[in-house]
Amino acid sequence: MSKRVGMEVSIAVSEAVKLADVDIVAAYPITPQTHIVEHLSELVADGDLDAEFVCVESEHSAMSAVVGSSAAGARSFTATASQGLALMHEILFIASSMRLPIVMVVANRALSSPLSIWNDHSDIMASRDCGWIQYFVENGQESFDHVLIAFRVAEDPAVSLPAIINLDGFVLSHVIEPHILLDEEEVARYLPPFRPVSRLDPDHPVTMGDFATPEFYLEVKKAQEAALRDSRAVIDRGWKEFAELTGRQYQAVETYKADGAEVLLLAMGALGETASVAIDRMRERGLSVGLVKLRLWRPFPAEDLRQALGDARKIVVLDRAISFGAATNPVAAEVAGLLYDAEPRPRIFNMVIGLGGRDVRVEDFEAILEKALGEDSAPGPVGEYELIGVRE
Amino acid sequence: MTSKEKTWTWRDIPVGAVVEEPGNASEYLTGGWRSERPVFTPDHCVQCGLCYVYCPDAAIVMTREGYPDIRLDYCKGCGICARECFMSTFGLSCFEMVDEEEFR
Amino acid sequence: MENFNVFVPRLLDAREYFSAGHRACQGCGETVAIRQILKAVGRNMILVNATGCSEIFSSPFPQTAWHIPWIHVAFENSAAVASGVEAALKTLERKGRLPKREICVMAIAGDGATADIGFQALSGAMERGHNMVYVCLDNEAYMNTGIQRSSSTPFGAMTTTSPPGRLSKGQKTWKKNLPEIMAAHDIPYVATLSPSYPFDLVRKVKRAVEVEGPAYLHVLAVCPTGWRSPTAETIRLGRLAAESGVFPLYEVDHGRYTINLDPGELRPLKDYLGIQGRFRHLKPEDLEYIEERVQANFEKLRGKARMTAREDRKDRKKTGRPRPRQVKKAARSKK
Repeated sequence: MSKRVGMEVSIAVSEAVKLADVDIVAAYPITPQTHIVEHLSELVADGDLDAEFVCVESEHSAMSAVVGSSAAGARSFTATASQGLALMHEILFIASSMRLPIVMVVANRALSSPLSIWNDHSDIMASRDCGWIQYFVENGQESFDHVLIAFRVAEDPAVSLPAIINLDGFVLSHVIEPHILLDEEEVARYLPPFRPVSRLDPDHPVTMGDFATPEFYLEVKKAQEAALRDSRAVIDRGWKEFAELTGRQYQAVETYKADGAEVLLLAMGALGETASVAIDRMRERGLSVGLVKLRLWRPFPAEDLRQALGDARKIVVLDRAISFGAATNPVAAEVAGLLYDAEPRPRIFNMVIGLGGRDVRVEDFEAILEKALGEDSAPGPVGEYELIGVRE
Repeated sequence: MTSKEKTWTWRDIPVGAVVEEPGNASEYLTGGWRSERPVFTPDHCVQCGLCYVYCPDAAIVMTREGYPDIRLDYCKGCGICARECFMSTFGLSCFEMVDEEEFR
Repeated sequence: MENFNVFVPRLLDAREYFSAGHRACQGCGETVAIRQILKAVGRNMILVNATGCSEIFSSPFPQTAWHIPWIHVAFENSAAVASGVEAALKTLERKGRLPKREICVMAIAGDGATADIGFQALSGAMERGHNMVYVCLDNEAYMNTGIQRSSSTPFGAMTTTSPPGRLSKGQKTWKKNLPEIMAAHDIPYVATLSPSYPFDLVRKVKRAVEVEGPAYLHVLAVCPTGWRSPTAETIRLGRLAAESGVFPLYEVDHGRYTINLDPGELRPLKDYLGIQGRFRHLKPEDLEYIEERVQANFEKLRGKARMTAREDRKDRKKTGRPRPRQVKKAARSKK
């Protein structure tokens, strides 16, 4: 029976990993991921989770170890953040190219220097092209659910790709929220045992991670890219069947009071909840604003987003990372590219917000949206953006 | 690789570019690298097998009778077999390295 | 195991686990080592290969030279990948998802991948006590990228990044002593080996597989391309390295040192260095300096062997555990 319990989001994530009956956890401590792996260590130490916890000496080795364990046929999990993700960077690409369905939680945190342990999306945006399925979750329940969903999708033989669940460090990872947990029987119905497409097995020796000449590299990459794009159908099925089991329906793109809005705010991750409060307040004041939330980052849900953004004349795109020296910031770049041929083309306001844990309040969203409401809707230069809250 | 693989489209690539056929590198012949060929004189052979053990290219197989058989398709002509032959201690190596030109 | 009836290959598995058709250079010592090691282990193994010569020349997609399950991930992480493989087998067997069986998890990596870029991952894996065998195939430089120096390059050697010049004698630093660093990790088994001594190599590999916990094997892999030596001299160079004391053959079994080849008086260094182009620029006084240090190091090793032998005698009275086989004075090779 499903029950509702209050617990820290990191603990709920660990409980989901336990319910997934993961075989291998390899992790290295980094704030704010620590509560996840600490709780997993306890679960292993108490025998509540029959797994090996490999206490590696770096994140690079954490990712390397789960590549090894996944290749050997074990359901494998790790978690990291910030510098840790940056240290894994090299192996992230290899894990996806080798098509190993590892699941990783990234408790999103700013990158050094200066050192900052607080939340933004600089870490994942620096690794966004690593070929993993990438989700952004908004609250504890989504975090818990997506551990199970991520394994289910990643391990599907038609997909066989790793997945990252991005959850905002501290503002989500360390808060206590009510969670509806699943029981083992429910999980067993949803998540079948891991059957790898190929496995390191002396009875059927295979060669994994070979090298390719220019004659083959291109085809291998095309096959990988096609697999990531095609995973979308399996992701949708994973969400649909999860809804049938729990009643909680997830979508790649979600809208909130977006119908007919003049200005739409596009947000990812935990900011969505704060933003929705701002939308409520402004709607009460009769202002034509709405919210679009991007839950799936890779494969990029282009069609869903195009539909969700609909006829809005002005779109405020929130970025939580700077793409230094680039034409525009990561999320805005995707949206601008997507709407290049939209008729009429909406105006995009790019706002970089909450860097390095800078507080983001409901009033900040209200101010941003009010400003957009007052502006002309003729498309302006995409590269302009505002760094919200910076002292000039 | 076979000609079949050369025409592989991206759809034919195995998941993760795994190679499923063990040891299929043997389809690739390295004998053409050779500039000197080991020529075997069975009269000297005491069946020590050192040539087999020390061959970097697994180009020497041992016959049922215990004599080395050089697979020239693979031999790169390094000369280790001739140098390491037990009988070479007595100046009677079973192998003589002969310029490949002489076989053309 | 199918064996030959003749005398040298008698101890070797007749099956070939590393196929002909691989793209190694002529006279590659690393390949001889790989062939012998795989024959010593047999088919029940999983091999993790670091980036390097052996990885590149064995796995050009869609071909492979390997007859055993093999994985390559990156340059610096073979020990970490092997940790994951080992932990996976352990868990899956415990949970009944895989039948229980003895599978050797082995990592192989070059000296750069071991002593330099992969040093941290190796130390971590050894410290954690995974039941695995880590093999360093030491050809004393980054051969795959074009003979650049590593911390395992011997003093005085010419490489493309330690060239001799008006101000340089080649490699400025002394070779990093990896086997001793591994021994300091207090792992059950550490050994140095050379494919020039196949019996010794096979015995040590089998011992490494058999001990519970991590084992570290350091193999001298002669590289004619990088050492500028005649390809036919590969095996002989391995012998000369051992006889001259440059690469002592020894093992550390549960802390007990045994020198497996002690020629008594070390062979003159010039016998070994003289046939390698990479030392050609050295002057007699440089050779003298190297010889002195090699001698001193060998003496230090003898000291460790004597010391642990004393301890061992005491211990053996209590436990009755035999020591590893010791080869006493080896005859100097005639060639």
